[in-house]
Amino acid sequence: MPLPDDHLAYAHRRHGMDHDLYPWSDLLDRPRVAWPEGARVALWVAPLVQWFPIDGSGKPFRAPGGLTMPFPDLRHYTNRDYGNRVGIFRLLDTMADLGIRGSVMANAAVARRYPALIREVVAAGHEIVAHGLDMEHVHHGGLPEADERAIVADALAILRDASGQAVTGWLSPGRSQSHATLGILASQGIAYACDWANDDMPFVMATPAGPIHAMPFAQETDDRTVMLDMKQTEDSWLEQVRDRFDVLYRETATGGGRVMSVPLHAWVAGVPYRIGAVREALAYCLGHEGVWAATGAEILSAFQASTAAPHE
Amino acid sequence: MRTSEPGDPGLYDYLPYRGRPKVTWPNGAKIAVWIAPNIEFYEYDPPKNPQRTPWGRPLPDVLAYSHRDYGNRVGFRRMLAAMDEAGFRGSVSLNVALCDHHPEIIRMCADRGWEFFSHGIYNTRYAYGMSEEQERSIIRDSAQTIRKWTGQTLDGWLAPALSNNSWTMDLLAEEGLLYTCDLFHDDQPTPLNVRSGRLLSVPYSLEMNDTIVYNTNSYSPRHYATIIRRQFDQLYREGATSGTVMCIPLHPYLVGQPHRIEPFAEALAYIAGHEGVWRATGREIARHFLDHHYDAAVAANAAANAAAATA
Repeated sequence: MPLPDDHLAYAHRRHGMDHDLYPWSDLLDRPRVAWPEGARVALWVAPLVQWFPIDGSGKPFRAPGGLTMPFPDLRHYTNRDYGNRVGIFRLLDTMADLGIRGSVMANAAVARRYPALIREVVAAGHEIVAHGLDMEHVHHGGLPEADERAIVADALAILRDASGQAVTGWLSPGRSQSHATLGILASQGIAYACDWANDDMPFVMATPAGPIHAMPFAQETDDRTVMLDMKQTEDSWLEQVRDRFDVLYRETATGGGRVMSVPLHAWVAGVPYRIGAVREALAYCLGHEGVWAATGAEILSAFQASTAAPHE
Repeated sequence: MRTSEPGDPGLYDYLPYRGRPKVTWPNGAKIAVWIAPNIEFYEYDPPKNPQRTPWGRPLPDVLAYSHRDYGNRVGFRRMLAAMDEAGFRGSVSLNVALCDHHPEIIRMCADRGWEFFSHGIYNTRYAYGMSEEQERSIIRDSAQTIRKWTGQTLDGWLAPALSNNSWTMDLLAEEGLLYTCDLFHDDQPTPLNVRSGRLLSVPYSLEMNDTIVYNTNSYSPRHYATIIRRQFDQLYREGATSGTVMCIPLHPYLVGQPHRIEPFAEALAYIAGHEGVWRATGREIARHFLDHHYDAAVAANAAANAAAATA
């Protein structure tokens, strides 16, 4: 029996994208973006603090890092929680030593369970970005919209209360969304989300609740992706982060400002033998002229100011 | 003719590397190197194929979708610059709907004299489960789309997401294509057994393919550059005896990442720095082989088969 006819029908075969979330745009054809004080690269350092419940179902799929062993999977639960107890402090110390403020992406469960950690992050001048409720609550197409709305409201209430910040950035657990996620986020005061991996610069996405920005968040030089998924060493990760920086930095000569994001999972990058590579990677970037270490909200604000300004 | 035993797809005869008719390339080149960027469009909300689910997560799989979209928004231009620098044209393995979605990209390739061959309509529409007539219709759609947007003839085929049926090669030959990229059994072109006409297998590669390198084998960017150089060195040496083919299949969403482009560009420059390298397209390799070596290869197959039958 042949395939149903809809396999040879292409309703969205047209110019641009096959959805209405954003228009097609080639990075190199866009107006140049100017960062504050003529900076070439906005360095966005983003530690992640995550909590993986011991009794998760892993349905409909496990977020990366999700528990895999029969209940109670103590090995993975505690290995991930290490990031919240120990690893994050190595990252915070490293950032403090280098004079870097960045964005800490926190599951709301981390703020609820470990409010002292959030207080310390805030006191150090970092931004809190909402990283969903916890790593079990993944957003996906099968989630009823009302449930998803409640999850987002719950997560934002907890994180805004714990941090005293407006919390305008969002990273979904596992970078997964439903069709409704972006609209729900926009309706609850989120200005930017970091799930989409299709650009090296911020861009605007349309939602029923108004625009939201997609922020570039390095997927393939992410510490967990490189060192755990791809099973490469911290030395190789360091080399790849430097290589990434070099190319982005070089491109600023003709392309305008760029964003260099450095995601750092506290339970991965905060392990003693890896923290040296983290320090080297960040110091390498900072060793160049015109590198502006900033929070996601600051980067977005500078991006909006620059793109709103008239161009030559 | 397909005369092989059950369990063998019957597409080609066994003709070992040792002792074949010598292959020569234009201007005495030892090796034909061709680069095949897969310029793809993956759908946000594709229909379900009974045999393969397009995305790993429930729809919308925004992370996987956006990762692919990176190739068209960002990665393509980096890949293009690296190829321009080393003087390579591409042979685009094209999801032909991309002509409609991003004609800007098609124009940049066409302006450089690149070849376009088909990689199906979308990379989220598989040939699995299609009837012959359905599959023929996507071949014709591809030919018409490529002609409309580029003026070129459709000469090559890489099945969408490598989804094949048992009759696919027969259809390609009947529709007048010259070559397929779906077979990985050799480092030289091979005449295929099809029910009518002629069809060649032109060596493509899984091992040199950045999706396999990065998404399956999880190699580092610099190791990718290393294996490209090693692959080239060996095939270049062997090409002194009989011409070889090296293909580098690419995906802009992978090779075009900032941490990967520079080692790749250096590897291409390494290849370009050698004498006796034919920087070819898939079509050029197929035509040259058809014009100069096809008959000898078919005769060698016949002789080998006859010898096997009387042994």
